[in-house]
Amino acid sequence: MIDVIISQIIFIASLLCFTVGGIGALLLRKNDAIANIWSNFFAILASLFGLSFAALAVMSGGDTSFSIGAFSLPFFSLSFHIDQLSAFFIFIISLISLFCSVYAIGYVKHFYKKYDIGVLGFFYNMFILGMLLVASSSNWLFFLVAWEIMSIASYFLVIYDRHDQNNVRAGFLYLIMTHVGTAFIILAALLLYKFTGSFDFASIQSASLLIPAPIKNIIFIFAIIGFGTKSGIIPFHIWLPDAHPAAPSHVSALMSGVMIKTGIYMMIRIFLYMIWPVPVWWGLALLVLGSVSSLLGVLYALTEHDIKRLLAYHSIENIGIILLGLGSALTFLSLGMPSLALLGFTAALFHTLNHAIFKSLLFLGAGSVISQTHTRNMEEYGGLIKYMPYTALFFLIGSMAISALPPFNGFFSEWLTFQSLFAGITLLSFYEKWIFILASGSLAFTGGLALACFVKAFGATFLARPRSSHVSHAKESSLSLRIGMASLALLCLLLGIGSGVMTVVLEGVGKNMAVFKNAASVVSLSGQHIVVGKNFASVSLPLLALFFMVTGGLVIYITKFIINKHQKVENNITWDCGTDLTERMEITATGFSRSIILIFRGILRPSIQHDIQYHDAQSRYLPKSRTVILKVHDVYRYYFYQPLHLAVNAVSSRVKNIQSGNTNAYILYIFIALIITLLSVLWK
Amino acid sequence: MEIDIIVWILQIILVPVTAPLCVGIIRKIKAKLQNRRGAGIFQPYRDLWKLFHKDEVISKDASWIFRCAPYIVFTVTIVVGASIPLFASYSDVTGSGNLLVIIYTLAIGTFFLALAGIDIGGAFGGFGSSREMTMAALAEGGFIFSLLTVGIISGSTDLFAISQNGLIQQGYLLPSTLAFLGLCIVLLAETARFPFDNPATHLELTMIHEAMILEYSGKKLALMEWASANKLLIFIALASNLFFPFGLAQHADSGAVLVALAVFAVKTIIFCLVIALLESFIAKFRFFRLPDLLMIAFIFNVVAIILIH
Repeated sequence: MIDVIISQIIFIASLLCFTVGGIGALLLRKNDAIANIWSNFFAILASLFGLSFAALAVMSGGDTSFSIGAFSLPFFSLSFHIDQLSAFFIFIISLISLFCSVYAIGYVKHFYKKYDIGVLGFFYNMFILGMLLVASSSNWLFFLVAWEIMSIASYFLVIYDRHDQNNVRAGFLYLIMTHVGTAFIILAALLLYKFTGSFDFASIQSASLLIPAPIKNIIFIFAIIGFGTKSGIIPFHIWLPDAHPAAPSHVSALMSGVMIKTGIYMMIRIFLYMIWPVPVWWGLALLVLGSVSSLLGVLYALTEHDIKRLLAYHSIENIGIILLGLGSALTFLSLGMPSLALLGFTAALFHTLNHAIFKSLLFLGAGSVISQTHTRNMEEYGGLIKYMPYTALFFLIGSMAISALPPFNGFFSEWLTFQSLFAGITLLSFYEKWIFILASGSLAFTGGLALACFVKAFGATFLARPRSSHVSHAKESSLSLRIGMASLALLCLLLGIGSGVMTVVLEGVGKNMAVFKNAASVVSLSGQHIVVGKNFASVSLPLLALFFMVTGGLVIYITKFIINKHQKVENNITWDCGTDLTERMEITATGFSRSIILIFRGILRPSIQHDIQYHDAQSRYLPKSRTVILKVHDVYRYYFYQPLHLAVNAVSSRVKNIQSGNTNAYILYIFIALIITLLSVLWK
Repeated sequence: MEIDIIVWILQIILVPVTAPLCVGIIRKIKAKLQNRRGAGIFQPYRDLWKLFHKDEVISKDASWIFRCAPYIVFTVTIVVGASIPLFASYSDVTGSGNLLVIIYTLAIGTFFLALAGIDIGGAFGGFGSSREMTMAALAEGGFIFSLLTVGIISGSTDLFAISQNGLIQQGYLLPSTLAFLGLCIVLLAETARFPFDNPATHLELTMIHEAMILEYSGKKLALMEWASANKLLIFIALASNLFFPFGLAQHADSGAVLVALAVFAVKTIIFCLVIALLESFIAKFRFFRLPDLLMIAFIFNVVAIILIH
């Protein structure tokens, strides 16, 4: 039975189901409900296939290689290679798409009659199919095709809600950025081909010694730009906070939770597999990038009051945290400390999984709020916990997980990342030590700021009194939405409690890779405890959770039923200082983070603009209306992208001069080109 | 065997039982310095007793977050209080003495405290929460790094393992001193003392912690007050037992435990004295000067880590 599941048949069945779901939805587009059910039913089926295949492949540790069809084309083949690393990413993709598809059955309903559901189903299935192909292909050209399927499908999903001009603009920015990224990826692939003579991943790996060191560095930089754009690493992130919120929420969940991880997957694939060994500075560069991304990501998140943009910025932050783990792994490996590298690598993988789970949970929660209130502006929420108690509970669990509060899963992967950074501080010297201190410092502050940000997000959305009439019409979301969120919330808790087992499994994934073959494990399980090093650090989340529950139970029991049993509890209004307490006196999302923004004004560059209109323009005694515009300037857009944009425009207008419109001139160009070609041939 | 059980129970209940006394001592010293007689040092216990027997008023706007928060906040302090070295360096009851576990468990309390402040929809609570989270976010770096500094010196991030080593003896005087100063700044910030917050005021311009718990009454207020006293003692215990670990009982021996309890009492009283003196001689800082202080705590610790070879 297990053999059958691990064999490629199940995986191909999963791919087929996505194809059938997509094309079927397109054919059934006449009827919204049928198209919706068809596409999501097949997506669920496909995810279940993918999940069972990937789970068993991760556990059993077998490699699967196969090709579909035989092509007479040179270089190109539909060849798959699924080792444990691929299987792990297939597992994440299938897991999240399973719950997102369950959620979508109910969520898509509010698009009925407005947009074409069949098209949504088609691109949704194609998008997941593309991601699965990205994680499993083993040939650069096939990979690029899969990468494009994923990017284009997600582009169409971003502009799905096309009546909003902002979404179309966001989609256009996404399309440009992702293709700039792809251009760099193609360049990296061509460089690899030039020196190894193959597009096949395994052949490149066996011929990787032929690549000279400077070219390797160039490939590294290209890969960072190319895959970093997809992952949203700062400063290549500018599309992400625009594009992720624009898509329908279950797609945002997939984009933020899963799609950006394909960039991480390919970085691991290239750096740790294809062109290993690598110089030390690569790892250090990743650590610096990770520190910057995590700290700035959370700071920008604090400035947001659009709930989905806030979550999108947190994706940037968490990609930064994953890079911290990956960067420390690379550094330790190139310094010849494979055991510690394995620790960092495990942390990165675990955080990849955890972030996928809690981020998609948060996006689904946000989607369920948005589908009821029809706005993404947190200032217009408030008090939703009374109208949507389940959504509030699930969002709270997601918030606690992403803020790394024990015993949820986010805590443990951050704990592991911290351990690998601490090890770097203890063992390394000189500037490497400095970079590890910088990295753990930024991780420490990121943790604190993320906590503040989610107090703000949860508080402004669900607590206090409603700040607009949208809220009072809100009702708890339907069953399929709640099932989708509840399963993810449960996973947050289970992966936190079962973090010991997960660590061992993920270490296995690492050890399956050639670079970690001889790495002794630094993490060990003793009883309930997970121990790093020789008693350097240990933690036991089950025991902690148990102790917490027992103590909490006792505290509640004693205060409620033993001391002063007959206490009278009266409900009354909040202390209002003798005035009418209106909802405008509550703290808002902007007000909440105002002090943090002011403290970090050197980085965030907030600006404030007052506009007052008067009834009496001359004497200015009686103001008619006041507006205050608070803005946070995007430093990258201002100092990096705008100059770049101007430079490209300037060069283009220069180049335009050769376009005279005169036919004779064009013939002259052709003639000159011919002569140069001839000369260059003769030269050889 | 019996002594083990006693140590076990002591480890769990020591913080909640003695924490109000700590607050009482600080208040008494402050009163003396202000030429007042002041209430007796057992007054906080009487206050708690009184609050536990009062009826309660809960805002109509409050949700279950507001109702549950006191239990969660209080439980957090009990769990953390049981997980740090108090009087014995071997009595790891919960097995969670790791420094990051302690810090992030304390963060659960801060998280729910801040949510409860927002929940009732008053103008005070929300701003209290905003200020509290700003301080907590900025204090986190200094907090983690100061414990990390001693962790690196003793080769373990387990607090009980750290407290088994004498730091000063190992010749790390300067790094330990810097880390200690850093932790002291964080202590004042996290326990809402001067110059960060004024624990005795209900003036809207200055209050942080008090603003968040303004709507609480009766039992829930008692739990909140008690929890904040516990937090104070937890930080005092961290600062005293990690940096001055002498006198801790190293093994199960009734004599050693008794001596250790006495030493712990003396250390705690010294810290209370210093805090009371600080509160009497310096003024509360303006809110936007506080980040500088917290950054100093962080930078002290970065320097301390660099100084460790």
